[in-house]
Amino acid sequence: MIWDVALQRRFEHAKRRFDLDVRFASDARRLVLFGPSGAGKTQTLRIIAGLTPADAGHVRIAGRSFYDRAAGIDVPAHRRQLAYVFQDYALFPHLTVVQNIAFGLQPGWRNPSREIRHAAVERWMKAFELLPVARHYPGQLSGGQRQRTALARALVAQPHALLLDEPFAALDAALRARLRDELADLQAQLAIPLLLITHDEADVQRFGDRVLQIDAGRCADTAAAPALRPAAAAS
Amino acid sequence: MEGAWVALALTLKVAGWATLLTLLAGVAAGWLLARARFAGRDLLDALLTLPMVMPPTVLGYYLLVLLGRRGPVGAWLQANFGINLIFTWQGAVIAAAVVAFPLVFKAARAAFESVEPQYEQAARVLGHGEAAVFFRVTLPLAWRGILAGVLLAFARATGEFGATLMVAGSIPGRTQTLSVAVYEAVQAGQDDVANFLVLVTSVTCIAVLLAAGRLAPGRVAGQP
Repeated sequence: MIWDVALQRRFEHAKRRFDLDVRFASDARRLVLFGPSGAGKTQTLRIIAGLTPADAGHVRIAGRSFYDRAAGIDVPAHRRQLAYVFQDYALFPHLTVVQNIAFGLQPGWRNPSREIRHAAVERWMKAFELLPVARHYPGQLSGGQRQRTALARALVAQPHALLLDEPFAALDAALRARLRDELADLQAQLAIPLLLITHDEADVQRFGDRVLQIDAGRCADTAAAPALRPAAAAS
Repeated sequence: MEGAWVALALTLKVAGWATLLTLLAGVAAGWLLARARFAGRDLLDALLTLPMVMPPTVLGYYLLVLLGRRGPVGAWLQANFGINLIFTWQGAVIAAAVVAFPLVFKAARAAFESVEPQYEQAARVLGHGEAAVFFRVTLPLAWRGILAGVLLAFARATGEFGATLMVAGSIPGRTQTLSVAVYEAVQAGQDDVANFLVLVTSVTCIAVLLAAGRLAPGRVAGQP
């Protein structure tokens, strides 16, 4: 089983309460978590990445256990080796493209130098056509370049899985369609599992080997998902 | 006039060490109050800001009571290390540091609060522990704001008078800083000495303020 996730978490803010209860298990390499805003998608992804604690449940991906309340396992976020691409990419504004991409590769308390040369970094910059902007800061990049920098930064460390939070939401419509194709092609070449969350049906069409619907903190049963989205299941 | 240069050198030495102390303490306290959630946070914030609103002479008196021979800290230092801070330049450093501390603390807290937590989370997901996240992401992003506060603290420490006089006194060549020397010169009717000291002090302070203005927070490298 590639994805084996069961999560419960109660969020309480002021007088509002939100219960997240998400369970899914799937052998699909590409998984789309689809639902409207406020359904709990991002919180689900954050719990999987270890950025938000859960109350109960477990997270297993491709045989690795990252969280298991019953067994007392809770691997901290910085040891999970799960790549997380934030909705607005969260590129470090004080670092150049090449420094951003090399960020996870260099241990210690100092950032990679502006002049850093690293084979894997170069390879990803080449693949994503980022070499011409290697010395640029994130504020100087186009939307597409930002997304590719974020993807390169996430993938260069060879993560166990790729978690994408609305990866196309920050882009304009024309660019969105193109980058969607790019990412789909890229993922077809990569062996790592991908979990993408979105509220955009077009993402579902393109990436949904398996589609999970989430609404009001509850996730539909996996077996029901393909029936709910026949077009996506067929693609 | 030779005394003026001695006083200037002493002033810069005292202000430099005081600034270093406030930098370390102010960044630590600013980070704690910006990031940690605990009971009594608002009270602690008020206590740490107090030196900014209290008369320096009152602060100096507190320090005398605390650090003096019969004070709890002073007696302990004397008994264990044979250290006496009263009427020494190190005592002047402590006085200047306490007075200038809130300037760094306030700036650091605001600077840390303006750092998007998402950047820190991105660094964690990329495999870095808390110390690395602080030194590689949080501190660089907050640095400009902190530095502006540090320069103000240096200017404040340079001009410190009340608390310094209470704790360190006015021993020419040993604890008599510029601002204290000005007072002594005027009291002694040495107008030319006073004029010169005032000029030196003013130029030093203007230079620091100009530097602080250039480092005002808000812009990060490369961002429009």
